[in-house]
Amino acid sequence: MTLAAAHPGFLSPTGVEIAFLLVGLATFGAALVTVTTKQLVHAALWLVVTLGGLAVEYLLLTAEFIAWVQVLIYVGSVVVLLLFGLMLTKAPIGRSPDADSGNRWAALVVAVAAAAALVWVVVDAFRTTWIDLDGAAAGSTAVTGASLFQNWVLPFEALSVLLLAALVGAIVLSRKAKADAAAPQVPEARGEQAAEEGAR
Amino acid sequence: MHLVYPAVLSALLFCTGLYGVLARRNAILVLMSVELMLNAVNLNLVAFDVWLSKAARETLHSGQALTLFTIAIAAAEIGIGLAIVLAVHRNRGTSDIDRLRDAAEGPGDGSDDSDGSDSAAATAPGAEKAEATA
Repeated sequence: MTLAAAHPGFLSPTGVEIAFLLVGLATFGAALVTVTTKQLVHAALWLVVTLGGLAVEYLLLTAEFIAWVQVLIYVGSVVVLLLFGLMLTKAPIGRSPDADSGNRWAALVVAVAAAAALVWVVVDAFRTTWIDLDGAAAGSTAVTGASLFQNWVLPFEALSVLLLAALVGAIVLSRKAKADAAAPQVPEARGEQAAEEGAR
Repeated sequence: MHLVYPAVLSALLFCTGLYGVLARRNAILVLMSVELMLNAVNLNLVAFDVWLSKAARETLHSGQALTLFTIAIAAAEIGIGLAIVLAVHRNRGTSDIDRLRDAAEGPGDGSDDSDGSDSAAATAPGAEKAEATA
């Protein structure tokens, strides 16, 4: 890459960097609450904050299309599916003291060790690398659509087949051999179909 | 923008999801943590694609295309995963992954959770009731 002296350093952050940092702190805090809260429905709602914050980060990185797809699919359908799942498995509304399993301290050690190693390696590797955000947006709808339908057509079509297979699989998994379980499968199939439509 | 900011945020989000996958007991919370990990990967892909699309010329925008594919596959994954969780909950009466030990191996096989058959006698009374009502 270019020399570090040709770019602004850590001590003079630009406005985009400050915004990214603040939204990133909110996103990370919401993610921490998501994995540590004792109330299951609150975990799903904090996940909305995390995913929305990530959409804002995509906007700050000038990836507009990805940001709106993120809002559409994750916040729009995945969280709704998760809430349906929580309701259909009769999750308790209040605090559930057994939300964390017994090995949470081992999990904490593993996660902190992985975070330390990853952050150290990433900072060491990309210390002198800057993203050039000026000029045309790197991820506008026109650019993304052009590259998707010029270079990535075959994976795109294969992905539609995968989504169809997932839809059929979810329906098959949700129906019973007996005909008495018609109720729980309807929101499942609809949510999956909405996810597929959102992905197209 | 410095590339370290999105990369570090992505690493931290990934490790948060890792903690959630390892420490949570409810299967749907585990699925939420998997979503966090997938989103961390997406942020990494987008950041490096924005960097490389300016630093190099011909990149085919592979990072953003792969991000779209990851989002679609995550949508499929959450649908199938929730269908499996609901089927397990319908059959066993629980979505607690610590109690789904039928495939476990080891010296503890003589205990009550080693019954691999689908008879409801070995499961908890709550599971029995849920199975009766299902």
